[in-house]
Amino acid sequence: MAKGKRSSTEINASSMADIAFLLLIFFLVTTTIDQDKGILNKLPAWSDEPPPDDIRVKDKDVLQILINSNNQLLVEGEYMGIEKLRQRTVDHILNKERRADYPDSPQDAVISLKNDRATKYDIYIQVQNELKAAYTELRNKETEKISKGEFTTYVKLKECTDPLVKDKRAKKCKVWKQKVKEAIPMKISEAEPKNFGGGTE
Amino acid sequence: MGRINKKKKETPQISTASLPDIIFILLFFFMVTTVMRKNDLMIDKPETPEATELTKIKYKEAATEIYIGFPKKEHSAKYGTSPRIQLDDAISGKDKVQAFIKEKQALVPSNLLGHFVVSFRVDKEVTMGIVSDVKQELRKADALKINYSSRFRPEETK
Repeated sequence: MAKGKRSSTEINASSMADIAFLLLIFFLVTTTIDQDKGILNKLPAWSDEPPPDDIRVKDKDVLQILINSNNQLLVEGEYMGIEKLRQRTVDHILNKERRADYPDSPQDAVISLKNDRATKYDIYIQVQNELKAAYTELRNKETEKISKGEFTTYVKLKECTDPLVKDKRAKKCKVWKQKVKEAIPMKISEAEPKNFGGGTE
Repeated sequence: MGRINKKKKETPQISTASLPDIIFILLFFFMVTTVMRKNDLMIDKPETPEATELTKIKYKEAATEIYIGFPKKEHSAKYGTSPRIQLDDAISGKDKVQAFIKEKQALVPSNLLGHFVVSFRVDKEVTMGIVSDVKQELRKADALKINYSSRFRPEETK
């Protein structure tokens, strides 16, 4: 064996960068960082029986919201711009002025949402968004009050109760979450949309 | 002044030995974050509405998408131009929704079943009729958690 041959087995690594570059470019192109996010909602459970007639909700407890086929918003029978809906909802739930035609307490408040089959999805989402924003605002305030500042948002509190997150405060959080939910229950009733007329799907 | 060494004029070469490592780190980042497109859309990619009150879907494994939108031009001869529902990679009627949901629920790990979410990827120009139909089907299939997929709109300052 000649001594010179021993040093000849080194692999040339200068093309490594090129290979890595190629792979990098491939993944750069195919990557779509799209975390799905949106407005989370819960549907009522299905029941084959027609709803009983004797559910009596006092008229003053209900905030009637109607979106017609022309995408106009009617709140308690009056036209309203979407930008005013959030405040109107908050006012309705809290009834700070103790008006006789508003619910007695936030626990009684009900939002009734009705839309036409020809209502645009976009408008529907905007309304849902405003309602959600109103409830989030109220629940956040309540969360802060009940947890004495430990949590500032309801979402954080809810996350703490998730068994998969394994937060040590989970027990405490559950109690708090229940309290907030009881203080500001989210009662949004959606009627199945019908063709009120006028619009085409 | 004259003391400055003339040797310093020679700029030292930057070592490129660590370049592959840097590239590799970038590569791994993109490999990990990459999500390959699962299904081909037969409808135009829905332009989802904009909203402010967004919640991220935390458990992607437990999420199922339902697309509603307008059929692509090349498919309009077959499917028309009015909004249609797309489940996985085919355009289907609303009667298929329940079976589709059952099928998807079976694939979800059991500890995440409570987090099963149906995400609506709906074009904002679609009318509510077809959306409501799907919602009714979901109620029948007992998949009650839904998500109206939306893009973030920064809240305008008042």
